[in-house]
Order: sequence, then C-alpha cells, then structure tokens
Amino acid sequence: MPLLTSDAMRDLTSRALDTATARGATYADVRVVRRLEESITVKSTKVEGVSAGETEGFGVRVLVDGAWGFAASHDLSAAEADRVAAEAVRIARASATTIRNRVALDDRPPAHGRYETPVSEDPFAIPLERKIGALLEADRAMNAVKGIAWTESIYAAQREDKTFAASDGSYTEQRITHVGSGLEANAIDGDEHQRRSYPDNGGLWGSAGYEFVRAMDLGGNAERVAHEAVELLSAPPLPSGTRTILLHPSQLYMQVHESCGHPSELDRAFGTEASYAGTSFLMPDMLDGFRYGSDLCDIVADATVAGGLGTFGWDDEGVAAQQVPLIREGMFVGYLSSRETAPRIGRRSGGAMRADGWNRIPLIRMTNVNLLPKPGMSFDEIVADTDDGLLFETNRSWSIDDRRLNFQFGTEVVREVKHGKVGRLFRNGTYTGITYELWRSMDAVGDASSWHMWGTPNCGKGEPTQTGHVGHGVSGARFRNVRVGVMS
Amino acid sequence: MTGSARALATAADPGAALRIAEEVVRLAERAGVTEAEALVVSGESALTRFANSEVHQNVASSEVSVSLRVAKGRRVAVSSSGRTDAEGLRALVERAAAIAAYVEELEDWAGLPEPDGVPEAVEAAWSDATAGATPELRADGARAVIAAAEVQGVTAFGSFATDAEAFAVANSKGVRAAERRTTSQLLTVSMGPDHGTGYAEECSVDATAIDAAALGRESAQRARASANPVDIEPGDYPVVLDRYAVVDLLDMLGYLGFSALAVAEDRSFFEAGKQVASPLVTITDDGRDPAGLPVGFDAEGVAKQRLALLDRGVCRDLAFDARTASRAGRHSTGHGLPAPNPYGPFPTNMAMAAGDATTEDLIGGLERGLLVTRFHYTNPVYPKRVVITGMTRDGTFLVEGGRIVGPVRNLRFTMSYLDALAGVEAVSRDRRCLRGLLGGSVVPAVRLSSFSFTGATRAG
Repeated sequence: MPLLTSDAMRDLTSRALDTATARGATYADVRVVRRLEESITVKSTKVEGVSAGETEGFGVRVLVDGAWGFAASHDLSAAEADRVAAEAVRIARASATTIRNRVALDDRPPAHGRYETPVSEDPFAIPLERKIGALLEADRAMNAVKGIAWTESIYAAQREDKTFAASDGSYTEQRITHVGSGLEANAIDGDEHQRRSYPDNGGLWGSAGYEFVRAMDLGGNAERVAHEAVELLSAPPLPSGTRTILLHPSQLYMQVHESCGHPSELDRAFGTEASYAGTSFLMPDMLDGFRYGSDLCDIVADATVAGGLGTFGWDDEGVAAQQVPLIREGMFVGYLSSRETAPRIGRRSGGAMRADGWNRIPLIRMTNVNLLPKPGMSFDEIVADTDDGLLFETNRSWSIDDRRLNFQFGTEVVREVKHGKVGRLFRNGTYTGITYELWRSMDAVGDASSWHMWGTPNCGKGEPTQTGHVGHGVSGARFRNVRVGVMS
Repeated sequence: MTGSARALATAADPGAALRIAEEVVRLAERAGVTEAEALVVSGESALTRFANSEVHQNVASSEVSVSLRVAKGRRVAVSSSGRTDAEGLRALVERAAAIAAYVEELEDWAGLPEPDGVPEAVEAAWSDATAGATPELRADGARAVIAAAEVQGVTAFGSFATDAEAFAVANSKGVRAAERRTTSQLLTVSMGPDHGTGYAEECSVDATAIDAAALGRESAQRARASANPVDIEPGDYPVVLDRYAVVDLLDMLGYLGFSALAVAEDRSFFEAGKQVASPLVTITDDGRDPAGLPVGFDAEGVAKQRLALLDRGVCRDLAFDARTASRAGRHSTGHGLPAPNPYGPFPTNMAMAAGDATTEDLIGGLERGLLVTRFHYTNPVYPKRVVITGMTRDGTFLVEGGRIVGPVRNLRFTMSYLDALAGVEAVSRDRRCLRGLLGGSVVPAVRLSSFSFTGATRAG
C-alpha cells in the first residue's frame, strides 16, 4: 500500500519545505518514511514470537543562521507539516546561539529519480506458514542432536518506502528491502556455555528478497552446527600465545567493521560522536600519508554493490550512491562523509548520511565497507598455504577502544591449522591487538571466489541512539604475529 | 502549539493512551481472538547535542506506538503500528489476527496476566518541568557545560535529552494501567589539548534538577587531571571504580543473569541462596524508587515489585514476566518487556545500596592501584561467568599511597564481573542516577581488591 498518493506526497513535502524557508531556513529537506517489519523467532522447536509492524512519519531538517534544527512527527497532515517545519526552525535558532562555525554544505546537484532493491521473491508476499515451516524444520534438526540445551532460529524482513525532498528541488523515491535469517544451537555444561551459529551470529542479512534466505539452506546446515556446539564443550580452551591467524569471512567482516569502518567516519574525526561512541585515530592530516595496512589492504565504501545492507540509490541527503576508497594499497586515503563534513577536508560528500527511520536525523554511517579480494588464492588455498596457524570463525564478542585502536574479538570456534590442514578444535578463542599493527601484518587475502557480502543489522551510533544496517564484503585473510588466547 | 506544550498535552494525559489501548482490545475481541493486550506509548522526545563546545545537533520528535498481542487459543501473535487513526488500528488488528491463524500453538501458553487491582501510578515518575522543556532550556544546559569547560581550558562534548510519554496497557482480562513518565539526561565528555579527557552524567525525572554547570566542572576538572597520560603495564590491580563504571556492572548482571528465563535456559550465574558477591553488595530493582527513573508497571500492565536481586552478596530474587511466572507457577514480578520478547524479563530500575565511604576514603584505601572513571564498549566473552571485556575511558589514574599520582593510558580489561564484585572492599555513600541498559540505575562508587587488565591502547 503506498504511503500517500503521489500528489499528496508532493503536497506534504512542499508544505514542509515552504514553511521552513518562509520562516528563515536557508536550506531544508524532508524525508517521509514508511517502514514495514516482520519477524519470526523459533526457540527449541516452538514458535516463540511472530510479529509484524509498521511505522510512518516524516522528519524536517533545516539550516537557520548556519545551525541545524530537526523535528519529526508521525502525523502526516498538512497542519502537522507546518508545525513540524516551524518547530525545526525554532530548534535551529536555539542551536545558533552556541555555534562558532556556520554549517556550509557542498554543492551536489539536485537529486531526482527512483531506486528499488532488486527482489525476486517479495518477502512480505511469501505466506507466513512457509517461512515458519522452514525455520521449524531447521530448528527441529538442531534439537534432535544429543547434548543441545536450547536452540533459536530467526527470520526478519524490513521494507522502507522513503521519499526525500529538499529546498534545492531534489525529489527522490526509494524502496529498500532487507531480509535476514539464521540458526543458533546452544550447549551447556556447568559454567561452560557454547553457541554455534549459521550462517552468522544473529543471522545473515542482505538487501534482497526471500530468495536470499532460501539460498542459505538452513535445514541442510542445522545438524552440523548443533554437533559443533556440543563438540565445543569438550574442546580445550585456546592457549595464550602469539600466532599466525586466519580470519574466516564470518569474523573478518567484523574486524573491518570495527577497525576500519568506524574510524573512517569523518564525524568521529571531527569529534561530533565523541560523547557517545568515541572519536577516531584516523585524523584528516593523516590522509594520503598514513600506512594503515599492508600493500594487500584495499578497502572501499561502496553503496552500489549488489546485495549489501548499505546499498541504495541516494543517501539521506540526496547524494547518489558511489564508491569511495578508504584504504588504497595500505594507505589511508578517504573517509565516509557528508555534505557538511566533506568540504572541511576539501572534498565532496561520499554519500554516507543515513537515518534510522523518519524520526531520526541522518548521521554519517557505513554503507558497504568492503575489503577487496586479491587474485591468487582462494581462502581455502590460503589455509592450505599456512604451515602453523589458527582459523577463527564466526564472531562471538567484540570490543574496541574509543579511538578504534585496541581491539579484542572472540569467535565461536577456533581450529588449529598445521601444514595446511585444519585440525584440532579450541573453545573460547580470542585475539587482540592494535588496529594498524594487525592490518600491516596481513600477508594474504582471499580471491574473488571467496568474496561475499556480510553485514550487521545492529550497528549503534548517535544520540538518540540509531541502529544502522551496514554491509561488508570480505573473502578471508591471514595475519602474522597476533596475540591470541586472552585469559581472564 | 510548540513541542513543549504538545508534550504536556499528549504525555500528560495517559487516559487518552489508555482509551486507545481499550479500543484496540475491543477491535481485537470483535475480530474473534480469545485474548488481546494493547500497549500504547505516546510522547515527545527532544535532544540537544554539542561537540567542540558548540551545539551541532538539535532534534525533537512526536511519536506514538501501538503494540497488540493476541491469542487464539494457544496461538499467539504480535503486531505493532505507529498509526492511531481508525484505519491504522483496524489494519493493526487484522495483521495480528491473521498471524495468529497461522502460527503453531504454544503448549505452555498460560494466558495474559489477570488483573490484580489497578497498578498505582508513580507520581514521582513525572515532572512538568521536563515535559515543558524547551530547546532554549536545553541550549542553556549546553552553554553551562561549555562555560565550565572553558574555565578549565578544555572542550565540551555531550548531550541534553528530555522525554515525556504516556504509557498505557489494557488487556481483555481487565488489566488497565496508565501512567505518565518523564526522563532527562545530561552527559558530557571533556577533552583537553594534551589527550586529557573527562566525563560526567546525571539522569533525573526533573530536567531542572540537573546541575549542568556542576557536571561541566566535574568533567572538565577530570580532563585537566588526565592530561598527558603515561603507559602502565597491564596486570591485576586493586581499583576504585567511579559510578560511571559501576553502572556497567549492574547492566551486565541484569542482561546476563537476573532474568527467570536466563536461569531456566541455564545461561545465568544466578542460584538462589548462593553468595556471589561481597556482603557489601546489595542490588535491588524497585520501580517506585524516586532516586531512579520510576515506573509503576511493566509492558504487560503488571505492577512492579521490589526485588532484592543480590542481598549482601547473596542471590535472592529474580525478574519474572507473565510467561516465565506461569511456567514457574507463580505471579509475575512486573518485569515484562514489550512482546515479542524471546530474551525474557529484565530489571529496568536497578540500584546498588550505598555504603559509608567518601570518595577520598575509597582512593585513600589504595596502596597501589587504579582509579577508573568509566568503561567503554563492553561485551561478554564468557556470558555465564559474566566475563566481560572492555576499555577504560575518560580518565584512568594511578594511585599510590592513597593519593592520585597521575593519569595512565586507557587499558583493556577481561574480567568476571562476579569476581570483581566478590572483591568489593568499600562502597561510597554518594550515589547517582545514570542511564542503564534499559531504564535508570542508581549507583555508588566502589573499591575492589583486584581487577584484571589484559592490554593497553596506544598514543596514536
């Protein structure tokens, strides 16, 4: 069902923009968003929760006297458009009393057009009983394995219909569809609690239709992950040491997320995220001169790649989706940026402003921050090429300091690699280090045959806190001399 | 009508939210469901954010959400909507009823909560001043923090948030609960030119009770004191944790352990009667505690009971919602979250009992140890043992002979929070209300006999 008719949408956005400019805004934009959500949770073979939700509303962002104001409402009436636009102007005037630097935006051309996530099977059109049935089948297969304490299988879909209009004449319409699904088997023995997930902890997510979920073959992997959860209970804990590590894509994407994606957000470098998630060690004076990683390290923010959670037509400032190099041959060369921040480093916006719904202001967010594959070896061939190492698979815990330097990750499984063969299993595996030291130690990256999109649907940032959906394409990689087995 | 006046008009009238909830329940019953429960939350939220000693973000939003849980026999479904017009409510009911027709039966579904009187609204949960807070009031708060930072030669970052909401629950068994609530939070990070940083925060029902200038001074002075931090070898140190670090201990215990579902699934450390912390540690959950951010009832309309989660270090009470309570053959304690909630009940109003020490006493008791202002980006490593990793942030200091010697660079810890609490040696008499994982927590500072630091960050 359309959010509003085409004419009604034009009327609402024009009304908000006209009111804002009439009251003194030098720039204004309005986003009207309708979000549909559906989720299914199966726990230990029981359908524990099925929910469907919708929310709709609009947000008006204005610049007055060089300061920002933002107001939003769930009421899509013309009178409310006037009120909200006026409230945004009032808020901007209050902001202006403390500013020292007037906001100046880059000069992107007005945006026009329509974008839709390519979808083969509309997830909202697939009968509910089929989606539940697929989860139940997989969940029952996990539960049939002896030693499993409890299981959880999830499915979720989200669709956003978003209209953006700005006082410079921009007008875009987008329909973005995201789906995710996954399995989790838990085995418990005394104080030892082991979890094994498939395809990823919290499910694998992408911008796609239900075909994305069908391709996961949850049922075909359920028994295996359950056995692995039980097997972990009797595996030895990972000993402490300094080792060669191989990061499977199911862990590598989190390493990219935390130690490259977040520190390359330009608002963090300028301090505007300092009071919540922190700042960044990557400062503008390091651009083009700081060695972040080895020559094999090429990282690109790419909002155009198929299937990513950060794939769209335009960001929430009306900047077209694009590819922005962040790390080129190991050198730090770019930021995720916005129309306000990019000019401060002499660049134009890279199109990374994204908002979590109609009632939140856009922030600089990751799009799809991807470690590019390298020709030569697949990830399996890199493992076979490793004489003595540890293979870390599927993220379990994550933590990094407020400047994104000191990190520690844990994975669900760690396997020893000896003379190119994968062998002994370890439990409770962790590794830790300093961001640029790790990336400089990378001596092998998987080729395109191992490269897939991963992503996280729960990236937190901003005040009020916003949850972002961001993607990461990775193929697996090898790192030398990494501290592992942090003991408590 | 301005945003602040609207807040008074919409959130000050929980009766209006309750009428919507009752209408949804009526529509659902008419649609043929056996049971129905509606949760309506409406209100106004506003936040002013500042960085580099100037306001850079200033937002306000007017929101309403209607959540409906229905049961057809033992088939249970949930739908939610941001619409309250007739068409929106009708669609909400249709969605829930359609889902309920498809899903499998929950064998242990014991039904929605029965009414147990009308939960008494907590008067202390509301402040006209917060509901009427204007952008100018929040800008004044930001200016006071910025001025305090300038006195110390540091830069101010932070936010000032004010929220007002009406919260109402109705179900087909006769549960009726409605309440108006306000919350406010001011936090600030100060940064000095020589890598010094500081932090201060306070939450209150009444935004005008927050002394922005005092918070600004506290944070700025700590930033000055933490300038030019030096490296220190990671290892085990006795520590004093300021209140901003202690709140994370309560968050993680609540997240991982104090839920009846976590115990039923054997993922919790909690064993009733077991001593898991020092006798100096008493942690309660009390929705009516005016020192926190009070709430009178939960998302199922059940009155909040006071829980002694840890009583002098001993596990006593658990948080139950209706589902976990029915499985255990008892009543809910009023700790249900909005459905669907596979994670289970949650303590949203925790407090740690005060001790008798001053801050000087706590630090004075460290022969050689560390003073930690707060933790950053903490995450469970081994959840059942509550082993957590994270970083220190915004002022970490070496203490020798009971006196602060100087700042040290931020450290990584990997530590069981239970082991940490088993080593509590002293608790401060001063407490502060801070934002917890879900809700407000009232926390003191503590001195611990040992804390495991497993790494350190770098200068750049």
